[in-house]
Amino acid sequence: MPQNYVPIFLFLAVIGTMIPATLLIARLVRTQRPTREKLLPYECGIDPHDNARGRYTVRYYVVAILFVIFDVETIFLFPWAVKFKALGVFGLIEMLVFLGVLIVGYAWVWKRGALEWV
Amino acid sequence: MKVISLTEYKLMLPMLELVIFALGILLIDLIIPRDWKWLNAVGAFVGLFFAAVCVWQIQATLPGGAVGFSGALLVDHFAVFFWYLFLAAAGITVLMSERYLDLEDEHSGEYYALLLLSVVGMMCMAAGIDVVLIFIGLELMAISTYVLVGFLRRERRSNEAAIKYFLLGAFSSGIFAYGLSIFYGLAGSTNLQEIHRSILAQNPRHPVIVIALLTTMTGLFFKIAAVPFHQWAPDAYEGAPTSISGFMSVAVKAAAWAMLLRILIFALFPLRSVYVPIVVFVAIATMTLANFAALSQTNTKRLLAYSSIAHVGYMLLAFVAMGTSEPGSPAFSDGFKGILIYLLVYTFMNLGAFAVITSLRQRQVIGDELEDMAGLYHRAPVEAVLMLLFLLSLAGIPPAAGFLGKYYIFLSLVESRHYGLAALGVIYSLLGLYYYLKIANAMLIRESKETKPLFVSIGMRCAVGVTALATIVIGIYPEPFIQGVSRSLPTWAKPTAPTLRQ
Amino acid sequence: MVPISTLHYLIVAAALFVLGVVGVLTRRNLVVILMSIELILNAVNLNLVAFSRMWGNLHGQVFSIFITADAAAEAAAGLGILIAFFRNKETVNVDEIDLLKW
Repeated sequence: MPQNYVPIFLFLAVIGTMIPATLLIARLVRTQRPTREKLLPYECGIDPHDNARGRYTVRYYVVAILFVIFDVETIFLFPWAVKFKALGVFGLIEMLVFLGVLIVGYAWVWKRGALEWV
Repeated sequence: MKVISLTEYKLMLPMLELVIFALGILLIDLIIPRDWKWLNAVGAFVGLFFAAVCVWQIQATLPGGAVGFSGALLVDHFAVFFWYLFLAAAGITVLMSERYLDLEDEHSGEYYALLLLSVVGMMCMAAGIDVVLIFIGLELMAISTYVLVGFLRRERRSNEAAIKYFLLGAFSSGIFAYGLSIFYGLAGSTNLQEIHRSILAQNPRHPVIVIALLTTMTGLFFKIAAVPFHQWAPDAYEGAPTSISGFMSVAVKAAAWAMLLRILIFALFPLRSVYVPIVVFVAIATMTLANFAALSQTNTKRLLAYSSIAHVGYMLLAFVAMGTSEPGSPAFSDGFKGILIYLLVYTFMNLGAFAVITSLRQRQVIGDELEDMAGLYHRAPVEAVLMLLFLLSLAGIPPAAGFLGKYYIFLSLVESRHYGLAALGVIYSLLGLYYYLKIANAMLIRESKETKPLFVSIGMRCAVGVTALATIVIGIYPEPFIQGVSRSLPTWAKPTAPTLRQ
Repeated sequence: MVPISTLHYLIVAAALFVLGVVGVLTRRNLVVILMSIELILNAVNLNLVAFSRMWGNLHGQVFSIFITADAAAEAAAGLGILIAFFRNKETVNVDEIDLLKW
């Protein structure tokens, strides 16, 4: 049993030496000219101006909620996809009905303005 | 590959049709102008009517029961009885709602769509014999009602009620699902018949079975709002839009009872030696606490919430009578009839009472305090007299229908020799008379601050009229209803060998 | 080494369930309570999948898929209600939900 883990330990050892080694070599070789732009976490986009753990607007929750719903509904597509051939036309129609219901929900969300960022 | 046949789809036609109407209302609501919002109510009512026609068609061709969808759906007379009940309750709620929503100034499309979807969930709960279908039905109903309770977004009481109802409801659903998952582990199947079969072969006092039973029962008691799991009910009923309080107190409760009967009587009857003592305790606690708490209420919605918890206590008494007698014996069938008739009668009388309270909502008045009832007789004599009828019926005074339900419950208790429980039930019923008469007193005798007559919309008049008519008719001429209820019994009386025909 | 049996999964699930229940009963932040409820549902899922493997049939897995979808729907409805509440009251502390009482 323990010998089964030998490759894993070897792997860990290789990682443990390779990464510091490459970083060290790169640091020794490269030129260093830091500017403000380069030191920002994201080089493009809006400048971060606050701690990420502060309170942010409640609208993010709406987006998150909508994402969660439509994201999790795809869970029903997986079993259907696995058994697609066996289920045939019957399964296809059932899945189209399911997606149709989802699309009604999507249309409702869209028209109600939940996707607009006021 | 087994393809589901068209007849099976016909069994769930009422649900499909309601879902189509609900989605249609959602979409149509987006395009119709503000002045035409009443079309939503009409659409919902037509949808419920069509669903009732579908149920009637199914009922006409029903042998004794038909299973469909790999044994997940069982449409028997029991299910059909509850389907009619839900559709009637939802229809009356729609009649009550139109003007109320107009006064509250809320969008009405989603309201009716959610109402129809919650009815679909209830129908799944009443007809499901697979725990997956029952659970999905429960959640469809519960999530719709969470949102409906919080529908008055600008009112803090409504927000609060929704939060409390949601947290406790979701919590209890989780506990309930945990119990169901253990039953699946014991039986190897999610079908209630399979679970019943495997439970028969096992020791009912095995710790795993007891844990599964306790968690499942916790969920069920939460849903019917029995003490000690009742705290959400008064808050949710008080904060919710009044029409939804009425709907919840009858339809949601009836659905929870259908689920409770399906699970505890149909599937877990072999465990009755374990659960009946718990039910006895819960029934006594429920009646005691609810009746005493109702005495001191000053808000009519909250008072009716406690009264509805007390009624759950009486129904649990009938459940005790069923659990302690053999299937097929008079006590068993009378207890069963008692619960079903009680739910039927309660639907009409309680919705009627809530309809009258809803009609008190005017431009400047919220109208749910006992004070607002004062002098109703001078402002709206017809409503006041009918309210008196509903209150007397709730208290169980003959010839109003409420007496009939109580009669069967106490009959079953006497037949199963629970004289003590029967006496306790009668005493608490008399206590109940006090707080119902408190409302009547305010309504008939006290002087009101307002003197101008109460405006009552046509839909509301219909709702109050229909419920009053049903309360009187069932009270005076109960035979057809008792027969209808008895018919849902046969497939049930012998839970060990349910007769299912394809 | 001890082979991992169904019982091990059940013990983990039971622990998750208890954690969830204790979380709901003791925490004061609404979002944390919501997370505890999700924990309970995950305990249920773990139970179902373990039993499904034990019995060699798929009923439990189907149930767990439905519970996952249901948990998402419930979380969405719950957060929606929470936002409506927060807009009126500016708090997510359950001790401050005190308008309705007898």
